[in-house]
Amino acid sequence: MGEIKEPALVEIADGVKKVPGVNAVLGPLNKLVNWGRSGSIWPMTFGLACCAIEMMDAGASTNDLDRFGIIFRASPRQADCMIVAGTLTKKMSPVLRRVYDQMPEPRYVLAMGSCACSGGVFNSYAVTQGVDTIVPVDVYVPGCPPRPAALMQGLIKLQEKIMEEQFRWSQWR
Amino acid sequence: MESMEIAGKLQERFPDEVLDICDFHGQVGVVVRRDMIVDILRWLKEGADLKMDHLMDLCGVDNKQRPGKGLLRLEVVYNLYSIELRHSIRIRAQVPENDATIDTVTTLWTGADWHERECWDLMGISFNGHPDMRRILLPDDWVGHPLRKEYPLKGSVEWSGLEKLKNKVVQLQEYDLSDGTLRTGAK
Repeated sequence: MGEIKEPALVEIADGVKKVPGVNAVLGPLNKLVNWGRSGSIWPMTFGLACCAIEMMDAGASTNDLDRFGIIFRASPRQADCMIVAGTLTKKMSPVLRRVYDQMPEPRYVLAMGSCACSGGVFNSYAVTQGVDTIVPVDVYVPGCPPRPAALMQGLIKLQEKIMEEQFRWSQWR
Repeated sequence: MESMEIAGKLQERFPDEVLDICDFHGQVGVVVRRDMIVDILRWLKEGADLKMDHLMDLCGVDNKQRPGKGLLRLEVVYNLYSIELRHSIRIRAQVPENDATIDTVTTLWTGADWHERECWDLMGISFNGHPDMRRILLPDDWVGHPLRKEYPLKGSVEWSGLEKLKNKVVQLQEYDLSDGTLRTGAK
């Protein structure tokens, strides 16, 4: 009779180990949750101006956001992320906040374009000077409007941010 | 009919009302007093040889910084077109600053309703006899008329609705798990 050996765990990613011989992986729950979330960002479209056209282009077949698991949702209740694409007027601001409040946790906001980031050229009586005065913004994408590639980079930055999170899935974090 | 000919006929019909006829690149504008504006426009709309049945646009103008010959502070511009006869003309009714009112033309064109509301909202010209004289673009509790020349670009006071919203945002912040950037109290 030979000596019983503990099977050696194989590290397949940083902090994630595969148990040989069985279909099992050991790792922190944070990583699993974050991996799942970053691969299925469902954004709610908040198209307000010309940036919305670039956002649609980013979703169309040439750039194809679907390959990141990004599928546009028309309802805040089903969305993880709000892409604010365009000029936010003061009159629209309460609506934006209400839609944000309707989104379930975890929720993220991506400010697309100069107007959403800072008000842009519209430093006037009618325009909110940056959506970050109304909702917390996770990623800013500059440009007027940003090209689809820039929006994609913004979403990849958001994925990276989600991967860094700790215990966002618990309210007792 | 040529626009200049229409302007001539108008002056013939309303000699006391027409103040000036100006021509710029073939576009003829007739400067008129505001008192009989509805009669003038009805005559243009219903005249058998004119038939200016289409009100292309109605807008307000602030003449404060406009170089010109004794124009009043404000004016309401009516762009008319005849769909059947394919001619057009522009009527410019003068409105003084201290009594910024003019009669409504919703009796002639129902579609003038929202144009006049916009003119009231942004330029502060009130329309007598209008069925629903409210703001149309800005919130109802907005202060001032932004397209007046003396209105500062950033506005003189912040809209109360936005102040309320910003207070609410601060209150809701403690329930939010997001660690995104939120600039509360920013100018």
